[in-house]
Amino acid sequence: MVSGTFTSVIVLLIILFLFKEGAGLFNQTPMEKGYVVAVNSSNPVSELSPAQFKDVYDGKIITWKSLGGNSDSIKLFRVDDITSYYTEEQIGSNFEHLGECISKLVQKTPNIIAFFPKEYADSSFKGKTINLKKITAWSFVSEKEWFPTAQPVAQFGVLSLILGTLWVSLAAILFALPLGLATAIYLAEIADSRVRNILKPLIELLAGIPSVVYGFFGLIVIVPMIKNIFHLDVGETALAGSIILGIMALPTIITVSEDALRNTPRAMKEASLALGASKWQTIYKVSIPYSASGITAGAILGIGRAIGETMAVLMCTGNSAIIPHTLLQPVRTIPATIAAELGEAAQGGMHYKALFALGCILFIITFFINLSVELISSRRKGGKNE
Amino acid sequence: MNKIETQNVNLHYGDFHALKGITMSIVENSVTALIGPSGCGKSTYLRLFNRMNDLISNVKIEGDVLVEGKDIYERGVDVDELRKKVGMVFQKPNPFPKTIFENVAYGLRVNGINDKEFIAERVERSLQQSALWGEVKDKLKKSAFELSGGQQQRLCIARALAIEPTVLLMDEPASALDPLSTAKIEELIYELKDKYTIIIVTHNMQQAGRVSDRTAFFYMGELIEADETKVIFTNPKNVRTQNYITGRFG
Repeated sequence: MVSGTFTSVIVLLIILFLFKEGAGLFNQTPMEKGYVVAVNSSNPVSELSPAQFKDVYDGKIITWKSLGGNSDSIKLFRVDDITSYYTEEQIGSNFEHLGECISKLVQKTPNIIAFFPKEYADSSFKGKTINLKKITAWSFVSEKEWFPTAQPVAQFGVLSLILGTLWVSLAAILFALPLGLATAIYLAEIADSRVRNILKPLIELLAGIPSVVYGFFGLIVIVPMIKNIFHLDVGETALAGSIILGIMALPTIITVSEDALRNTPRAMKEASLALGASKWQTIYKVSIPYSASGITAGAILGIGRAIGETMAVLMCTGNSAIIPHTLLQPVRTIPATIAAELGEAAQGGMHYKALFALGCILFIITFFINLSVELISSRRKGGKNE
Repeated sequence: MNKIETQNVNLHYGDFHALKGITMSIVENSVTALIGPSGCGKSTYLRLFNRMNDLISNVKIEGDVLVEGKDIYERGVDVDELRKKVGMVFQKPNPFPKTIFENVAYGLRVNGINDKEFIAERVERSLQQSALWGEVKDKLKKSAFELSGGQQQRLCIARALAIEPTVLLMDEPASALDPLSTAKIEELIYELKDKYTIIIVTHNMQQAGRVSDRTAFFYMGELIEADETKVIFTNPKNVRTQNYITGRFG
């Protein structure tokens, strides 16, 4: 009773901590501290999203039209560029006139966008400062760019990480389910008890191997294999991660499905055999339908294991935050991102909070997975009473 | 004519000698009841005829089991084919978690029959044979679990009849049912014996007396006595048979 309460309180505290830290990311602007962005006062644009700002800086957006302004081309100005507009005397030897110069330049250039330290945008500044849109929960999950340390504006879009995680996990299940189900059927229906008594503990042992060892195996064996088979430049791909994750999910799938298959009442199987059905017909017409919910639960638990797995995918998937179009591209998953970046993120900073928010997303995904397993297995218990 | 014959059959479960030198004949188109106390080997004997004992590991069978003159334990015998010829009804109703229709159609489908009309016709006939058609004809698409225990057992009989066996094995088919359902099953057995050779295991002496033409009494793995039911119940040759039938042990 006491220990149960204690455990529940600890779990709740961890979740609370995770969400509290993660929530700090929202309603902030990812602008570098102490800087502002300004435009000419006649420019109709007054707000930009972080992604738009980045595209302007990277030269991907070159006219104001796509930002809601007129069709002028965009003139980019960084504070270092000032020397190409004004002489050293005009700026002053100690930059004492820098503020005035920026103000004048912004005022006379209608298509400019300027990025400079906040101290120069004082009350005498004639341009219009631009608001950078705040990060919202929606922009966080729907934007694709993940550049948490980019300057001047960091990009916190995790869609590619979420998709990378789901992509790798689902592909892992595609490998693991047929193999796991076949093994479960063999163990439950075909193998004699001697073989079963050797194989079952061996498979359960697979679950106990540390994930870094799986990662090592993947890196040394599977990654080069994929590189050679598909003639790729790098073998660290979603496929390599999926294979490793598939192997790691196998023990869960096999154990849960095998238990479900063995729960098929003997009377059902005997009824089928007595009607002249062969052993295989009995397996796929009686045993598998009867244990379908158990097999589904095993598969979902396997997915759950794969989604949360960190080390092995970190070592095998190549970790580039792009939305993959094929399994032969590198991907980056949520757990791998957290593990790789948390050490470098300044505590309390936006990057740090963004990683916690990622943790929240992972928690929500696994929570729904566990919930669905719970629902499926409770339905199974209900069905047995019939 | 003898449908089934066993000659000096011995069966061991590991070290346990379950059937000891059984020699017996089963007459075609008749009902044979196997009686005896629990653990006497009567169910094991019944399960010889569709090779259901094969499912248990460590079983060793010696002697000849002839169905229609052929030894079914010879090498090369197709067990699935044998089981189509020798149908079975179990102690507890064990319908599949499927619809009523699909339960009866199962045996046809696993035998590769896909003709819809043929299946529908055969399902109806089997349900009529098992006296269930009137009760279920409007709910064939409903789950078999919605039926009562007695109806489920008659469904299992229909399921066995659908593949047109010639022998029907019944392992205490009414022991889990109420008296009314039991009466229906017994009536059914009586009607079916014109077409089928029926072997029924039962604990119920009155039932054996009511439904069977011949009765065999098993005790401790041995066949003590087999004869016409009338003779067994009125004038048994062996004193153990008499003691069992009159309820002095068992």
